Amino acid sequence: MRVREAELMATESPDLDYEPATSTTPQTDVAISVRGLRKTYGDHEAVAGVDLDIARGEIFALLGPNGAGKTTTVEILEGYRRRDAGEVSVLGVDPAKADARWKSQIGIVLQGKGGDSELTVAETVRVQASYFADPRPVEEVVGLVGLTEKLKARASSLSGGQQRRLDVALGIVGRPRLLFLDEPTTGFDPEARRQFWELIRQLRALGTTMLLTTHYLDEAEALADRVGVIAAGRIVEVAVPAELGGRHLAPARVRWVEDGRQREETTATPTAVIQELSKHLGGEIPELSVLRPSLEDIYLQMIEEPA
Amino acid sequence: MASDRAELPPTGQVYAARSRVEILEFFRQKEALVFTLIFPSMLLLIFGAVLNFELAPGLTFVQYFMAGMVASGVLASGFQNLAITIAIERSEGRLKRLSGTPMPKSAYFVGKIVQVIVVGVATIALLFVVGVVVYGVDLPSTAAKWATLVWVTLLGLAACSLLGIAFSSAIKNGKSAPAIVTPIALVLQFTSGVFFVFTDLPDWMQNFAAIFPLKWLTQGMRAAFLPDSFAAQEAAGSFELGRVALVLGAWTIAGMVLSILVFRWRDRADG
Repeated sequence: MRVREAELMATESPDLDYEPATSTTPQTDVAISVRGLRKTYGDHEAVAGVDLDIARGEIFALLGPNGAGKTTTVEILEGYRRRDAGEVSVLGVDPAKADARWKSQIGIVLQGKGGDSELTVAETVRVQASYFADPRPVEEVVGLVGLTEKLKARASSLSGGQQRRLDVALGIVGRPRLLFLDEPTTGFDPEARRQFWELIRQLRALGTTMLLTTHYLDEAEALADRVGVIAAGRIVEVAVPAELGGRHLAPARVRWVEDGRQREETTATPTAVIQELSKHLGGEIPELSVLRPSLEDIYLQMIEEPA
Repeated sequence: MASDRAELPPTGQVYAARSRVEILEFFRQKEALVFTLIFPSMLLLIFGAVLNFELAPGLTFVQYFMAGMVASGVLASGFQNLAITIAIERSEGRLKRLSGTPMPKSAYFVGKIVQVIVVGVATIALLFVVGVVVYGVDLPSTAAKWATLVWVTLLGLAACSLLGIAFSSAIKNGKSAPAIVTPIALVLQFTSGVFFVFTDLPDWMQNFAAIFPLKWLTQGMRAAFLPDSFAAQEAAGSFELGRVALVLGAWTIAGMVLSILVFRWRDRADG
């Protein structure tokens, strides 16, 4: 899959300088490491002991309902909030003590829109680029987010989805090694979301580590190498999307139509059931489907159980 | 990776980039253009037509009003402009976004200072054009009076800007910023000798206004725009330029201390 994307990059954006995700620093395989993270607001414990490891080059999706401690956790990692307890290391540095050099290696796409600016897209990206040590060329970044035709348009004149893509452009212009994406596709139409996913895959091919929070489970499934579910301030489970909550081991439901009636059988061995049915019905099974619990089914089940 | 070794850009370069976008943004915002840049000239045009009476032999009220409007322009460019725009930028999360980048924090303020100076000078230049062309107002007549105009303007911009930066933190919601800031400026203008001759105001009003910078800013501007003979008609019998410098200087220091204490990069609602 990575090879395919690298090819895609080469054909679609030949001007991108490809940087393999290698580093000579000692913490080469860990981008984010969190141990026993706690944060309390008044008497409400928003983050109640989070442990988390995210590898370099990985796309990690953090899922959780509103108020589960998702944004608080991410904002501590971004350096916006102070923690009450625990150990945090982001690119080998404690974000609470981070300096401009560290920030130059981080990209942040916050929730919501960044306000109505009267600057053009090009001007907005250019001034952001001026803060970073090793920025990408402005035209390249604007091309990556698909706003080339809007280069000279005022940011305030963009549609919601276009403004969000501009936000992403601001997040990646500094050539970040680690990119935080907080609900990046909220308000996108399906077409824009697909385009955005493609952009994320291109960034992955360039070796960018990403921590993504989202409410869209299909998005997490499409993009993330691993997902973590957070509920009531704790990580409930971390797994690859296909295996979250033992989803791959869950019994399947085989559904078909026989004698004009809908039939269903729950089984751990759907293949055997289908073979049996095929023999029984003489070949083709009318309206056959095999259902597994979706990521959404599993997720909803997980956040309902008290952590 | 390249970003491991690459040096952060020189601070001066970031200052220049921030200053550029601050100026661009100001001149592209219709509200800012109208209320900050054009409003003082509009008031000069209107009040000049209504109140064009003789204040003293050979001295019209428009000449007196010109000093007040230049002072008001300084207040608008520094205080109103910054208090409103910074409150909006904070509410919209633009400040939070900036603080997550490697931009030196000072660059944000340098950009604002450069913008305020450009806007202040443009506002005053427009007032000069309207005053001279429409009402034949006399510009400062000696080099010393020009020097007074320059230092009172710069010290006034410094005090008003810092107070604007500090005051922006008192505004909870950026949307309501103009409704909170504008009345403050209006009350100061009415009590500080902008719309009326200061010595015609009741004592309590004069004493109230003397606490705030606009009264002193206006008085300093009168020293630049009115003949020295008029000094005798001031409340203290002189333009008190020493005291003008002292009070504006004190407000500058107070504004700086307050800004350092209360400035926030994040909205209060954001925790």
